[in-house]
Amino acid sequence: MDNRVDYAKIEKTAKIRRTVINVVTYTFLALWAVMVLFPFYWMLLTSVKSYSAYNSEYIPKFFTLSPTLKNYVDAFTAVPLARYFANTVLFTVLTTAIMLVVITLAAFAFARLEFRGKNIAFLIFLSLMMIPNELVIITNFVTITDWNMRNTFPGLILPSVTSVFYIYLLKENFEQIPDSLYYAAKVDGTSDIRYLLKVMIPISKPTLITITILKVIECWNSYVWPRLITDDENYYLVSNGIQEIRENGFGRENIPAMMAAVVVISVPLIVLFLIFRKKIMAGVSRGGTKG
Amino acid sequence: MKVVLQNLTKKFPGRDRKKQEYVIAVNDFNFEIPDGKLIGLLGPSGCGKSTTLNLISGLLKPTSGRIFFGEDDVTDLPPENRGIGLVFQNYALYPHLTVKKNILFPLENLKGKDKLSKSEMLEKAYAAARLVQIEELMDRKPGELSGGQQQRVAIARALVKMPRVLLLDEPLSNLDARLRLQTREEIRRIQRETKITTIFVTHDQEEAMSISDMIVVMKAGIVQQIGRPQEVYDNPANLFVARFLGTPPINVFEGQVRNHKLYIGEDEVSGIRGVENQKVWVGIRPEGFVPDENGPLCCRLSGVEVMGRDISVVSTHESSCSPAVRSIISTENRVDTEKETVRFSLKPGKVFIFHRETEERIMGELI
Amino acid sequence: MIKKKWRNSSLKGWLYLLPAILFLGVFMVYPLIDVFIYSFEEGYNSASQTFFGIGFYNYSYVLHDPYFLQALKNTFILVIITVPLSTGIALLISVGLSSIKALKNLFQTVYFLPYVTNTLAVGLVFMILFKKTAYSDGLINLMITWFGGNAVDFIDGPYWAKMFVLCFYTIWVVMPFKILILTSALASVNEDYYKAARVDGTSKLRTFMRITLPMISPMIFYLIITGFIGAFKAYSDAVALFGTNLNAAEMNTIVGYVYDMLYGDSGGYPSFASAAAILLFAIVLTITCINLLISRKNVHY
Repeated sequence: MDNRVDYAKIEKTAKIRRTVINVVTYTFLALWAVMVLFPFYWMLLTSVKSYSAYNSEYIPKFFTLSPTLKNYVDAFTAVPLARYFANTVLFTVLTTAIMLVVITLAAFAFARLEFRGKNIAFLIFLSLMMIPNELVIITNFVTITDWNMRNTFPGLILPSVTSVFYIYLLKENFEQIPDSLYYAAKVDGTSDIRYLLKVMIPISKPTLITITILKVIECWNSYVWPRLITDDENYYLVSNGIQEIRENGFGRENIPAMMAAVVVISVPLIVLFLIFRKKIMAGVSRGGTKG
Repeated sequence: MKVVLQNLTKKFPGRDRKKQEYVIAVNDFNFEIPDGKLIGLLGPSGCGKSTTLNLISGLLKPTSGRIFFGEDDVTDLPPENRGIGLVFQNYALYPHLTVKKNILFPLENLKGKDKLSKSEMLEKAYAAARLVQIEELMDRKPGELSGGQQQRVAIARALVKMPRVLLLDEPLSNLDARLRLQTREEIRRIQRETKITTIFVTHDQEEAMSISDMIVVMKAGIVQQIGRPQEVYDNPANLFVARFLGTPPINVFEGQVRNHKLYIGEDEVSGIRGVENQKVWVGIRPEGFVPDENGPLCCRLSGVEVMGRDISVVSTHESSCSPAVRSIISTENRVDTEKETVRFSLKPGKVFIFHRETEERIMGELI
Repeated sequence: MIKKKWRNSSLKGWLYLLPAILFLGVFMVYPLIDVFIYSFEEGYNSASQTFFGIGFYNYSYVLHDPYFLQALKNTFILVIITVPLSTGIALLISVGLSSIKALKNLFQTVYFLPYVTNTLAVGLVFMILFKKTAYSDGLINLMITWFGGNAVDFIDGPYWAKMFVLCFYTIWVVMPFKILILTSALASVNEDYYKAARVDGTSKLRTFMRITLPMISPMIFYLIITGFIGAFKAYSDAVALFGTNLNAAEMNTIVGYVYDMLYGDSGGYPSFASAAAILLFAIVLTITCINLLISRKNVHY
């Protein structure tokens, strides 16, 4: 019966090893979670510290006993944060809405309609996917300047209302709808546009929602183009606003107020994310890279 | 290596976690698998046969009960220390490794005193490949092989360490019909040559019957019957087992026992001894019918299919539980296809009666 | 009759495509051609829109511009440090994530947060954490002194310190995407392979090296390729940390250089900007091709 003793030992070491591996794994994961969350905590914390309290802490404190909302008031009054905010919302909504129309029409043409030159047109579209934004932005800047559209919404919006990638994504989705539906609708005398609106769009709603969310994230965070095209504060978006605040806002040193502004512009997307967590993550893994 | 399962039970938490409900996949199993035999675990899907296999392999831990390999209690041992070989339904061959590397893989894991030299490993790998006859495929990748060849590679990989017990999970279900026949013979041959205790899971009764030394019929986590295939077929313990084994399946009729006589509907089909008056299910194997002008069972004839060696007579009977009564008779018998009815007498050994409620077999002697 | 119908339906298809073609033509195809033209027009004056020659002068100017060389150096350092490091750490985290059950969802959600935050805004928080000011050494420096180190100004201090923060922040920003991709790649590996390996007594490490890694190698290479492309185009992370005047901070990137040439205090030179942008993409293209060649040799199936 020597064997049994041996087995008991194997069992025990296996158990201990599992526990050790578990502890190491969780510690490691928790460590990264802290790394991710800490900046958020710090920005919230700093945003509720009073100006004087913050500046008197030579050694920063990890908590505050006298939280204040004054910084938030400052953020909205001392700098036109509300204006940046409204601009961004307007920019995001308009860009996303126009883009959805443009890409839906194009995807419908590619997926459903038959016309001469379709394949070659699609090939050209696909190859456009490889063109990086940085290469075309120079001419776009000159174009918009020539059109006298600097510091206008059309100037901000127009260059980013098409996305070849989203056309591609939507086309793939449209193509999965069985042809028989289309023929059935044709027999009933449904026009193409009606078929698109009443059948294809409702069926492809999940993909459209994913695209919408991804585009909203992109718009909300866009920085480079708005920076090039606007130098009038009235047209700043939040990213440019925050940079402006940093450079000439509350006076360089009012960091708590700055953090309050940061919190305010970060919250909408985080809320959106928490609501649509699964959709966003699925959408991003299907083909979104940041930027 | 003898394998013994003692009061083996496995419960899974139910879908609704709050309710603390459990799904019992394996319920109080007790059986002993003799050394060097080929055992088929048989049952419809969801009966717990794969769970049983995973319990034996150690990939799952039982909720209660013990598992012994020979005299060793292996219940709490991790799978790698049990000395088993496992073949998966989809073979689980590593797609990025060649056949040779796939077979070598388990050997390369050995450590310490078990460690083998490169040439020893190759020798063993080639021996395993020879056994399953795939030596000429050693440098291919799994993606370039047919299903049957992949199956052989998977078996070779499981055998290369000379396991104490070989486990096969639905080994034939991914193969087409012709390959299935061929491969099951192959499994039988390999098992005979290696004499390794082998347990395989299947839902196909024909497969299990044809190659197993012993079959274990399961339903809803409970063992229904254990025995040699022919024994189980000839002596089913209950209606479920009787129905599960045999193609075409057994014919079941509503019947009753009255005053030592067995009735199907209103036809008195046989005398019977040792059974009290009650309503019963009567099961008659297709080969239990003999056409007989004066036979007691009268069925409405709907068709005759000649299948070479045998004739399949399809008929109906109002007490039958299924729309068609299927009987297999040898070509020496004649059935007049012009007539509307056909009469049968029954072979006593092919007729079983079961309790109406419990569906357990009622032992009685037909006379 | 049939011909007419055919023409009609053809017309209709193009009509649906029209908005997309219009926008893409004006803001993508034309600029793509134009940027090459710009890059060869010597002495282009954006006010008068005139130039006095065609040739490689713009390229030569850019390649001799110390700011460009600085940007080039910064970008390369950033790429070489962040791409392998972020991919490696993301792999470790994903492996950890896929080995646990409890709290898995929570961790996944937390790890994804940086993806949905405004790079500029959160960069400001990083700046505050790392910055040394007259009032305070900042939190990170406080921690450094706990461990007996000397406080450094990571934002306005020595080059290596600034590069460290930039790399750190870049990794922090790109991590969510990589973790997400790798976690789903890991989840797509058939469970049976692991069971088979376990039955054979394969050690965890060996299972990982010989089974998991080869199986997810296509995704790892995808991440490395996109990681290279992304890191070469770094810009807003640097702006977030060091402000818009990146040249003064010695922290400019190639993309930053392009924009500075185009607009701002040193702006107004679309020709130089174009030449720099084309140089950047020549580099990115070369590196991507090399990556693809390597991956073809190493990625299984």
